[in-house]
Amino acid sequence: MTGSGTPGDTPISRRALLGALGSVAAVGVVRTRRDAVDLLAAQTAPTRIPRAVGRLPSALGDRAPGEQPRRLVSTPALSGSSLTPLQDLEGIITPADLHFERHHGGVPAIDPESYTLLIHGMVERPMTFTLRDLKRFPAVSRICFLECSGNGRRAYLGGDIPTDLTPQLIDGMVCTSEWIGVPLATLLREVGVRPGATWLLAEGGDAVLMARSVPLAKAYEDAMVAWGQNGEAIRPEQGYPARLLLPGWEGNANVKWIRRIEVTDAPVMTRDETSKYTDVLLDGTARQFSFVMDAKSIITFPAYPYALPDRGWWEIRGLAWSGRGRISRVEVSGDGGRTWSEAELQAPVLPQCTTRFRSLWQWNGAESLLLSRATDETGYLQPTLQALLSVRGEGSNYHANHIRAWKVARDGAVTFGLGELL
Amino acid sequence: MSGRRAGLGLLAVMAACTGRQADPPAGAAAGTATTGPVAAPAAPGHWPASFGLGQAAPAARIAALDVDARPDGRGLPPGRGSVAEGELVYRAHCALCHGATGTEGPQTVLVGREPGDSFPFARARANRARQTVGSYWPYATTIFDYVNRAMPQNAPGALSADELYAVTAYVLFLNEIVPRDAVMDATTLPRIRMPSRERFVPDDRTGGPVVR
Repeated sequence: MTGSGTPGDTPISRRALLGALGSVAAVGVVRTRRDAVDLLAAQTAPTRIPRAVGRLPSALGDRAPGEQPRRLVSTPALSGSSLTPLQDLEGIITPADLHFERHHGGVPAIDPESYTLLIHGMVERPMTFTLRDLKRFPAVSRICFLECSGNGRRAYLGGDIPTDLTPQLIDGMVCTSEWIGVPLATLLREVGVRPGATWLLAEGGDAVLMARSVPLAKAYEDAMVAWGQNGEAIRPEQGYPARLLLPGWEGNANVKWIRRIEVTDAPVMTRDETSKYTDVLLDGTARQFSFVMDAKSIITFPAYPYALPDRGWWEIRGLAWSGRGRISRVEVSGDGGRTWSEAELQAPVLPQCTTRFRSLWQWNGAESLLLSRATDETGYLQPTLQALLSVRGEGSNYHANHIRAWKVARDGAVTFGLGELL
Repeated sequence: MSGRRAGLGLLAVMAACTGRQADPPAGAAAGTATTGPVAAPAAPGHWPASFGLGQAAPAARIAALDVDARPDGRGLPPGRGSVAEGELVYRAHCALCHGATGTEGPQTVLVGREPGDSFPFARARANRARQTVGSYWPYATTIFDYVNRAMPQNAPGALSADELYAVTAYVLFLNEIVPRDAVMDATTLPRIRMPSRERFVPDDRTGGPVVR
């Protein structure tokens, strides 16, 4: 290479000069040593491609163009729902704009300045609280799941189970958020609950005044009137400006846009706790006030419509949760349930919260049936579909928490495989 | 934490409102949905007795919002409506979605009874469509309460108390629960005994190894 001194005054090496002269002979402009040096520099410098300058700071961020997870609107109606893309999510927290929706009269537009929560009934001091009032009380945070009790219904068809189901279609009505709010117990202390009270009615401010009766015991245990979700105000679809949060209990009872709480001595028997959200049983009864969401798990990878491109080592990943407490164990099977191995639980493992599980699996190219089953801290083991069917029958419409299955075909294609087990 | 006593207390409450004698489920202690202290938990020692937040709710404000109607009749407003009046309300506001006689849809089928008032809904998925007011709803007051809250779907809250009583009477008549000359009001509606009333039982799931 050239010497290290100042070009023009420093002798160039004999080899470099010869090289330069030889390669540019056709040009015929090398008359002086400086000519040779300039020519040599031009020839040896790498081509300069300038880097594109990035976007400037902005008031609101966007997702990467190639990462655009979307809810799936499954029922485009006033009484409708949209489902969370479980297969596209990482960790346990659901981005608030991807949190599933289920509402019965559309999303109301509520002015936070005129919003109030009325608490009355069997209380000493009926009170209204503005949003500012609610936020002034000592606040708490709770990371927990919220699940519609109809979640999993698509996988509960008894003998006629589709294979083209995604995790989103099967279980897209479970999400996890950090919720911030005031414990309902704090508000009830403020109004003074009268002796003899055992229930409360929670009523939303949506067009249909969605209402559910809730045992007072739950209000005292861990219920919250929440206004914050994942670092920001609750989204309109999730109940802005404030909602009831009942950790571990079916989503419908977590009344959104809460406008009124009436303390009572009996359930009101609203439509959504009688005609709906009750569980018909094969013994000719219907279970009522079945609030708790029992333990459940689903493998979110690999899952339809993914196809495994090669044999070898794969990490099976999924989510497990229980309304009764912490997940204590998740087992995974690659052979349709003949053998099970314990999956690794990813910290944090929180009560009434989704928990990530992972399990290494070596695919040898054979047709395989992947299952997961969760056990919670009460010792409850996620049941098989047959076990649920034997008690609840095919007509059951809620709380379908049975084991889910994925079939891996020899070409690597993954489809929902529960039908293989029937 | 949650006491077995509290759980049983709640079952007793439920038994009282369903009119059933509830048997305490085995192992009802742990993780039951409705167990837990019925007394308020103690506040942290350094908290004041009251934070002084919120406003006393005026009676008029409470009355304007307090819309629920309960099985024992509490909350039902003054007013009355007959089956004949209800038929007119139904034709005007309900038939488009629920069908001319409440059986046609396209939305929820409202009318129908099972033979002998049997309760076959768990047996087949197809039976779900037969969960009508007459075959499934355990309380007649729920019709009033729900229609008042949520119907008609394009304009919930539009019906007057008289219209609500009337259309409730008509739906009960279509389900062969009240006669054609029935009149519903705050006294008569809570007296209606629905055919499925005894079918509803408290949640007996408790956590632990048993699948229910």
